[in-house]
Amino acid sequence: MSLLGASQWLADTSWSIALHESLYGYPIVESIHVWALCLFVGLTIVLDLRLTGLTFRTVPVSEVVKRILPWQIAGFVIMVISGVLLFYAIPVRSYQNIFFRVKLVLLVLAGLNVWFFNGDVYRRIQEWDRDPRPPARARFAGFASLALWVVIIFCGRMIAYNWYDCDKQPQPGVVNVLAGCTSEQIQGQGQ
Amino acid sequence: MLYEFAQWSEATGLGRMIRNSQYAFPIVEFFHLAALAVIGGAVLVVDMRLLGLGLKKTSVAQLARDAQPWMTGSLIVMLASGIALYTSEATKCYQSPAFWIKMSSLALAMIFSYTVRRRTAAADEVGVSPLANRSVGLVSLALWFTVAWGGRWIGFGG
Repeated sequence: MSLLGASQWLADTSWSIALHESLYGYPIVESIHVWALCLFVGLTIVLDLRLTGLTFRTVPVSEVVKRILPWQIAGFVIMVISGVLLFYAIPVRSYQNIFFRVKLVLLVLAGLNVWFFNGDVYRRIQEWDRDPRPPARARFAGFASLALWVVIIFCGRMIAYNWYDCDKQPQPGVVNVLAGCTSEQIQGQGQ
Repeated sequence: MLYEFAQWSEATGLGRMIRNSQYAFPIVEFFHLAALAVIGGAVLVVDMRLLGLGLKKTSVAQLARDAQPWMTGSLIVMLASGIALYTSEATKCYQSPAFWIKMSSLALAMIFSYTVRRRTAAADEVGVSPLANRSVGLVSLALWFTVAWGGRWIGFGG
């Protein structure tokens, strides 16, 4: 089954329809997603600002990481669960949404950024833990994370708008390719 | 009188410009949301510390000093983008209970942040009772969370 087919199957499940059509369910899940944004991205920004040396310069980096990580993980779990539910409520449209697709790619990049940081410069944390201005690679990881999350928030917000939706033709060729629009949709028959 | 103010806001050039553009509202919304993440971090890190969570080895006063410019800066972006969003749909906001809940809690949150909370945090180095600290942290969190909740529900027509 193709991913589009899987999305269509998901969209036809009764719980997906229930969430999509609910008066309060969907808005509540979306509100939780925004709340968790404060918790998760907010605390990620705190850590990133420390890594870039822009603020919290007297607090040891390991202290920020150690004390904030459990809260970040909690925020991240809420973020993912509410995010998956939002996708589950509107699977086909989300799957064919270019902002959604870019957001997923950027989420992977944000994950890789953490992974490289942990495997590399964070291993030598003892050497620079108390430096007001951490080494270049740590600062890079901080700035990269800040930039990625800003664009992720941008993409997340824009998923709600239908400018580049497959059932709104004609679209530029590049949009049809990136959104994975089917030939039926492109020919204007829509869905 | 408030309704007249809403009508006047909608008639301003800014309000008309945002309504007439397909992209202006979403772009302003994005700035509002990005600043929300920053203010979320700046508020949380201090409130959590007041509650005895998070960066426990650093004093509240120190954390509050570091977080202050980020909080004020992001608040300015929030207010500016918020006013722009308001002018584009002021009469709709006037009829929205969520909008009024948000504005009331926002007023309280700002007053509380820049008076009681600021003094409590700054005095922490000389010693504030844990109970006072915790209550201030809790009140601040509750107020800001209500602001965020109200904001999201304006969009749902609540």
